[in-house]
Amino acid sequence: MPLSYYLLTSAILFAIGVAGVLLRRNAIVIFMSIELMLNAVNLSFVAFAAHFKNLEGQIFVFFVMVVAAAEVAVGLALIVAIFRVQQTVFVDEINLMKW
Amino acid sequence: MSISIQQILFYMFAGVALLSGILMVAHRNPVYSAIFLIVTLFALAGFYVLLNAPFVAAVHIIVYAGAIMVLFLFVIMLLNLKRDPIRERGKFARRTFATVLVLVFMVEIGALIAASFFTATSDRAIGEMIRGAGSPLVGLHNGAPPDSAAIGSTANIGRQLFTTYLLPFEIASVLLLAAIIGAVVLAKRQLVT
Repeated sequence: MPLSYYLLTSAILFAIGVAGVLLRRNAIVIFMSIELMLNAVNLSFVAFAAHFKNLEGQIFVFFVMVVAAAEVAVGLALIVAIFRVQQTVFVDEINLMKW
Repeated sequence: MSISIQQILFYMFAGVALLSGILMVAHRNPVYSAIFLIVTLFALAGFYVLLNAPFVAAVHIIVYAGAIMVLFLFVIMLLNLKRDPIRERGKFARRTFATVLVLVFMVEIGALIAASFFTATSDRAIGEMIRGAGSPLVGLHNGAPPDSAAIGSTANIGRQLFTTYLLPFEIASVLLLAAIIGAVVLAKRQLVT
């Protein structure tokens, strides 16, 4: 398959993730859309690694997954901590710092 | 015109991934969104196998679908989230803004991809530019060009991770330690003083 097909799929998945972050109010669904964006970029990396027969793309995907795992752990802990105080996960209701 | 199994598999995985991604963003129930994301992740793992990256595919399933998404589902069920309510203020303005932004973004990316692959610079010239920069990874077997199926094998990735990329590997483990400590501190129940 030509490389541009994979890149196009990755771009469309990324755009779907962006739409999810902008359109949803539920903080957990926003977080899942961020994970979708990260995965779209992973697909780009692996596609380039296969196209140029270079292993660096796959190794970078490894590190992206490490960072995504760490981010999910801390982010979900944050959401749980906020829920304990505010009793809501909807981002437009968590506006204590706004006048 | 004959269509190879790789093309069939590509279109299958692409269709599943895109459809499942759209459903994940659109569905009101967060548990269903998580399950659709798991389906998307499995389709992406299929892509990785097609792209000669079996180790990345296995790690992807184990880490993402097996750990991260399970963590998401734990939190969704711990917070006992129901379906998102339909009525919200300012919905039309936000949807219009988001749709315009996403359309602009997709047109931009589409133009970039089309421009980069229809210019005079061929893919081989780009490849020679990159290889000429002295990448240590091409030609893993004594200078002979590697056959494409073996390039993503676990042995090759392990060899690179423990020699060329040892420092990022160790820093990644420190990062995970910091994330563990951070998550425990954040989610700990505050003692009443």
